[in-house]
Amino acid sequence: MLALGQDEIAKYPFLADAGQYLKDKGFTLDQFGRDPDLKDLITKAYERIQVAADGKIYKSDLVGDQVSREAALPREVFSFLLAIVLLKLSGMHTLIKRFALAEARRAEKYLEKDLANISDESKKQLAIRVIDDLFSVQIEKIDDYFVIPVSDYLKHSINFHEREWKLINRHVENGQVFLTPHETVRLIRKELGTYINSKIVNAKTPTMIPGFEDHVNKLVMLSKKFSTFTVTTGEYPPCIKHAIDVLEKGENLPHSGRFMLATFLLSKGQSVQQIAPLFKNAPDYNERVTLYQLNHLAGTSGSGTQYSCPSCEKLKTQSLCFATSECDGIITPLQFGKKRK
Amino acid sequence: MKETDTKFLESAFKKYYFEHFDLIHVPQRTSEREFGYQKFNSGMTRHISVKDDKELHLLLMQNVPSDVYCSNAYYSFPNLPMNEKDWKEADLIFDIDAKDLNLSCRSNHTISICNECNQISKNSDQCSKCNSTKLEKKSLPCKNCIDASKTEVLKLSEILINDFSINKNDIQIFFSGNEGFHIYVYDSQFQQSGSRERSELVDYIMFNGAIPEKFGMKKFKPNRNSFPDFNESGWRGRFSKYVYGSKSKRSKIISELLVNGYSSFQKTLDDVSEKIGTKIDPNVTMDIHRIFRLPGSINSKSGLTKILCQDLEKFDAYSDSCFISEESVEIVANCPIEFKLKNKKFGPFNNEKVSVPTFAAVYMICKKLATIA
Repeated sequence: MLALGQDEIAKYPFLADAGQYLKDKGFTLDQFGRDPDLKDLITKAYERIQVAADGKIYKSDLVGDQVSREAALPREVFSFLLAIVLLKLSGMHTLIKRFALAEARRAEKYLEKDLANISDESKKQLAIRVIDDLFSVQIEKIDDYFVIPVSDYLKHSINFHEREWKLINRHVENGQVFLTPHETVRLIRKELGTYINSKIVNAKTPTMIPGFEDHVNKLVMLSKKFSTFTVTTGEYPPCIKHAIDVLEKGENLPHSGRFMLATFLLSKGQSVQQIAPLFKNAPDYNERVTLYQLNHLAGTSGSGTQYSCPSCEKLKTQSLCFATSECDGIITPLQFGKKRK
Repeated sequence: MKETDTKFLESAFKKYYFEHFDLIHVPQRTSEREFGYQKFNSGMTRHISVKDDKELHLLLMQNVPSDVYCSNAYYSFPNLPMNEKDWKEADLIFDIDAKDLNLSCRSNHTISICNECNQISKNSDQCSKCNSTKLEKKSLPCKNCIDASKTEVLKLSEILINDFSINKNDIQIFFSGNEGFHIYVYDSQFQQSGSRERSELVDYIMFNGAIPEKFGMKKFKPNRNSFPDFNESGWRGRFSKYVYGSKSKRSKIISELLVNGYSSFQKTLDDVSEKIGTKIDPNVTMDIHRIFRLPGSINSKSGLTKILCQDLEKFDAYSDSCFISEESVEIVANCPIEFKLKNKKFGPFNNEKVSVPTFAAVYMICKKLATIA
């Protein structure tokens, strides 16, 4: 674990050992519920969650990069730790996810500032070490850029769906990708979110603490706002329509296209017997082979693995994507036509 | 395939294997690889472990496979079912195939075999006899196909070496035995990259998914200075060399690009992708559990051997990969197109009985264009 200074814990509170921190400061959770002076901090913690739930980033008392007032720092850390206690007590997973993401974005801001800090080498080094320790991404600085190996870059960039993150749209040289401080930090946002999320999920849930009940109940109410249900139009996405078209014309659909079609229809609940006739027109149709392969994909024969439908990204690479405006940012054909209400 | 033909191919393949153990070796880290093979008129046998050259040679003699494969991946337990193998890493592999290059020569040497009535005709969309559209296409690739594939191999190596800093000695190029090349990259930083990461590498190498902003064009207030320089590295450099043509034309071309606007620029990028992107088969590189044709083994699509190209430029695919015997054999050939093997021309044959060397007979029978008389 990194040795952290006071202001660093305030910036990256998820790096601290929560229980140890409270003990070091001489507090117990019960006190926060009882002591009228400390109770304000629970409200602060609740607000921190509320801001996150709205998709915003919590504005801290830390002014810019500077340590403001000595007293602000522990409060900053307490509100984070108490927020986790509230979330655990409420048991609302949607809120935990939103909170983790918002906290990740908050930390991201500080990491970016620290990375770009040219006057304070130690701050930059800390940021580089945080990134290396948590995500095993080794960053090197070349001129104004932060440089990481292509293979490390890809591990993270594949989680993005925006085209600007594709390797082709990056400066690549000598097996390395060149990034600005902003991009470097943005690259690990999801992992940072996942890291914070897992820390919260893995934390022990305390028994209800007197004085916390009101806020916990409010959180349960708050989370109701985010329950969704979806409706589906039932129409097939253009890639699937195209594949069916090709087969109907008796033209050759490549193996990857057949894989996509079969896994798509299987996921939509069709049976092997329903799907098999689709391939009848294929130039190399063989009933025995088709059934064998479909059963394999469905997991009813062979290793028992059920194969899932490829992502849109993969289909693009395989030239099987024929996206229309109706696809509207979906990441797998299975999401096509689903609308959140 | 008729049984007499299968028997003939088996005996020709067996003879090759028996006489060329020197060409067929297990790859490095043998015990971590999965092997597989196919026999004539039969399915795939895979999830096999092979200990050493001796065991591999024994397998070839006992089974006389039509095709032999070996994983590019390394596993803890290569002979267990897929999800129990414990995947460790995989060499980076690429397949460059003449059929994916949209070559104009292709229609001249493609043959259609009707699945309904077995009629053989020159390339068409319909059977000339029964009008069926269920056709199997067979290509007898020409020198142009191989030369064009070689160009793609060079483009690929250039990117691997310059952009990805891969050591030239860690790249091996093989003729696939049919109409293209297989490229292996060992010990790179991508050994442990998964399928999705490799698919990004594929898009990079093929120049897929480029956005105008990265290549200098902005939607609002475009600026001359953001366009790539002629001597830049990576794709921006290759882009400028192709689009500007020469250093002196840079300024003029940029003015044109600016006048034509953003959406036209996206079309330019698509055109660049088509013209200078490297045409590799994405599925092969993305697949980290593939069993890939074993070097030194025969490709049953042609009877030619998958063989290492020491000197790509001088490599003569249809002579350097042909190891089947010269012994004369009588066949009925129905091959409407001329082809060249070992510097000898054969065909066209119009459903006629002819005497040809075994290697030519094997080639035509593998392509389903002849049978043993």
